[in-house]
Amino acid sequence: MTIAGAEVGSGKAAEAPPNRTLWILLGIAVALMLGRALGLLPDWLIRLPDWMIPPTAEWLDAIFAFVQNDLGLLQVTRAIAGGLEYLLDATANLLYGKRRWPYLGPIPWSAIAAVAAVLGYFLGGWRMAALAGGTFVWTALIGQWEIAMQTMSVLVVAAPFAFLIGLLLGIAAWKYRAFDMALRPILSVLQTLPFFTYLLPAVIFFKVGPTAGAVATIVYALPPMILMTTLGLKKVPPEVVEAGKMSGCTRWQMLTRVYLPAARTELLVGVNQVIMLCLAMVVLTAFIGMPGLGAKLLAMMGSFKLGRSFEIGVTIVLLAITLDRLSKAWVVRQPVHFERGTPWWQRHVFLLAGAGAFVLFYVLAQFVEILNEVGIRQNLSQGREIDALIKSVLDIDAVQAVTQWLRWFLNVQILIPFRNSLLWIPTPAFILLVTALSYWVGGRRPAIYAAVFFSIVALSGWWDRSVITLYTVISAVILATLIGIPVAIAAARTEKWSRRMLLVCDSAQTFPSFIYLIPAIMLFGVNDVAVIFSILIFAMVPLMRYTIEGLRTVPPEMTEAADMSGATRRQKLMSVQIPLALPTMAVGFNQAIMFAFFMVIVAAFIGTQDLGQELQRTLAGSDIGKNIVLGMNVSLMALTFDMAILAWANRRERALGLTK
Amino acid sequence: MKTIKSALLAGSILVLPALAQAEDSDDPIIIPIHNWSSQIVMSNVVGQMFEEMGLNVEYVTTDSQAVYESVRLGDVALELEVWEGAFGASFREALEKGGLHDAGDHDAVTREDWWYPMWTKEACPGLPDWQALNDCAHLFATPETGDKGRYLDGPVDWLKHGKERAEALGLNYVVINAGSAAALWAEIGAAEKDKKPVLVFNWTPNFAEAVWPGEFVEFPVWEDGCDTDPAKGPNPDALYDCGNPAKGYLKKAAWDGMPDKWPSAYCVLEKISFTNAQIAEMAKFVDTDDMEPEEAAAVWLDENRDIVDPWVAACES
Repeated sequence: MTIAGAEVGSGKAAEAPPNRTLWILLGIAVALMLGRALGLLPDWLIRLPDWMIPPTAEWLDAIFAFVQNDLGLLQVTRAIAGGLEYLLDATANLLYGKRRWPYLGPIPWSAIAAVAAVLGYFLGGWRMAALAGGTFVWTALIGQWEIAMQTMSVLVVAAPFAFLIGLLLGIAAWKYRAFDMALRPILSVLQTLPFFTYLLPAVIFFKVGPTAGAVATIVYALPPMILMTTLGLKKVPPEVVEAGKMSGCTRWQMLTRVYLPAARTELLVGVNQVIMLCLAMVVLTAFIGMPGLGAKLLAMMGSFKLGRSFEIGVTIVLLAITLDRLSKAWVVRQPVHFERGTPWWQRHVFLLAGAGAFVLFYVLAQFVEILNEVGIRQNLSQGREIDALIKSVLDIDAVQAVTQWLRWFLNVQILIPFRNSLLWIPTPAFILLVTALSYWVGGRRPAIYAAVFFSIVALSGWWDRSVITLYTVISAVILATLIGIPVAIAAARTEKWSRRMLLVCDSAQTFPSFIYLIPAIMLFGVNDVAVIFSILIFAMVPLMRYTIEGLRTVPPEMTEAADMSGATRRQKLMSVQIPLALPTMAVGFNQAIMFAFFMVIVAAFIGTQDLGQELQRTLAGSDIGKNIVLGMNVSLMALTFDMAILAWANRRERALGLTK
Repeated sequence: MKTIKSALLAGSILVLPALAQAEDSDDPIIIPIHNWSSQIVMSNVVGQMFEEMGLNVEYVTTDSQAVYESVRLGDVALELEVWEGAFGASFREALEKGGLHDAGDHDAVTREDWWYPMWTKEACPGLPDWQALNDCAHLFATPETGDKGRYLDGPVDWLKHGKERAEALGLNYVVINAGSAAALWAEIGAAEKDKKPVLVFNWTPNFAEAVWPGEFVEFPVWEDGCDTDPAKGPNPDALYDCGNPAKGYLKKAAWDGMPDKWPSAYCVLEKISFTNAQIAEMAKFVDTDDMEPEEAAAVWLDENRDIVDPWVAACES
């Protein structure tokens, strides 16, 4: 037995054996199911009767009407919206020339691209400069400059706001424990709430258009910033704090000169997350009037222009990767210190270079039209060619044969029977089964939450649709695991392939999920297979990412110990690397479930019969109560899994001695 | 409120006699655009007409159902394409709540119903008569539907009642709701190569007519009350046993505050009336000629001065 083996062994021993509670829960569930099979179960135990379901939606509607009109919240939010609109108008003027104060724009594309390149060079050398400058040049040449700037004009306002609000809330949560305790559940709900549920309130309170888009984006991007701020501040070493106190800092100085600089890395990771989440909302906010890339993408898809949609997707990915890499380079970069007496221009050489490039291209653009604006007829869009290419690939007979077979096999042999059996399970038995699963995976607390959450779902009156949602998520995650884990394990064997795979993951994650929907339908038709296929692509990303990272960060002394004791590669993988990487992989699995819950709602655009479809229906009216009830159901189911799996991963990490 | 307003108005008239005549506000007229080409181009055409009149115009992208709530609140000033079938319900709901009103119909008529691309007819020659559907059900069957046919209806939020109709007319079909217009096109596009028969929801005027020629299924003719009175239509016990109206309206809607705030723009809006052919042309510029919507609108305006100018002229006097 190697050292690693011993540790793993002791980890297993530390786990509690399945005890009586688990068997009782399972026993009752099985008894209920047997009762149903034998036809002994009364109807009210199979599904809750209608009279037991409280009219939650109507209550919520009433509360909303009261808050909105009688309390005058609408006036408050509309006033905020007014201020926000002023800012958005200013950036809109600068970036794409909307006729508002300060009446200066639009800035020529070449000037922006030049500044981006200088910034890239400053943060990460020539490669970054090429990436940052190249992204903007691509955007202009492909004829998407104006719509890209419409998007950016909102993001450059939303991201700083999300950063600031997140920072303040994070500091508050760190200072006041009670606030932290109150905030955490809200954040968890926010992170799992389907985006359709953000949209209606955003429109009602903040006016359709960029303002509502900005608000929805800010709310969506907030949680990680708050969490990272609190985390960073908590990790500040006591020596640093002592040093600050000794030099007689006031409280304000302590915060701004000691705590925040010491938490720099976490704060910047938060910034990175804010940027990525903002970009993830680009397409979704188009439903509430956010102009730009998202709106164009939806219009293109509405008229079946796959090629142009694809190009917009590429632009979004490029922007996301550029901003991601730039902000990560900023995290790594340490502050530079100059000798006393260094002249001003030497200390700010990059600032000057940036300003110089800006002015140069600004002036040049006044004379050279192409540097100012790439005309509609000059762009290099290859929409039609890509259309033809996509269609010809989908038309290959072999592809069609395979997908037709898959459609038949998965639907008839697996998915439909699986769905029907889940729907067959009596509601109380289903709740008990989920509770038992949470108990087995996560322990007591997650089990209690599971019972409460699923009971609330049952009481919401949308049980069947919730079960169908769950069925879709489970099917997609299982398939994603079956495909993603082996691929990730194979990729993790070498550094080179790990990096390539992670880049694929980054692209797949930021590529607008809407674009997957069309090929999914063309391959499989409008049915559950297409839905699951599109969720699968998205859910595989975190699974693969965390698996690769988990395997790559297995402490080298462990693998060496395995090598020394003469383990084969397979043995090393199965008994050392995977067990040690398992907690990280579990986090990835958890993320995959969260992503699947997110994507299952987006898949309503293919056509589903689950909560997403009903949520989509609420957009037609102003059914805000129903909208929130449905959103809560999705959120509660997602949280149940979230808590159970994270509890397991934490316990496991402690058992393996991986936590500090 | 009203008295304050008129007092202010009276005051301003006294102080600024030059402004006594009702003038359009300088605030931008916000025009909503949605995700289909004809509406986007039409909005741009009207927007450019307003701009020629010296008014400020801005466009905002919105959901085509949620937009009625926005018109009602005055967040957007008008809506140029209110389809009877697709948006009638949302429009009427907003109308009842107050804040928006009917600003007249276009000449164009709209039709939304069960539809098939032409190649389907070769396999099922009895079409377009609806009674042929049951004989051809096997042609439209898929692995999930067994021996029943499959009809791909519009998204649920379009409120199309395909299921009810299939039941009311005893059709041997499973009705599946697509999630978006894009899903409908993808389904037709996928069937195109092998000329597989498909039955989907579709509407006119629409770009798809140009890409995939096809026909509507002829259901029992629509009678008023078919959706509320079981006696109407061939099945005496069921609602929705008729086809949709073959000549549905296409309306314009306006915010109640618009006539006061932009009187001349509102006057033009009332006059505006496009025909099916004109709408199809607007869509074609974008969908088949790959123009950008603003460009398409400008081209369309140039080519149709004789239609547009009289509307504006009529409001100047």
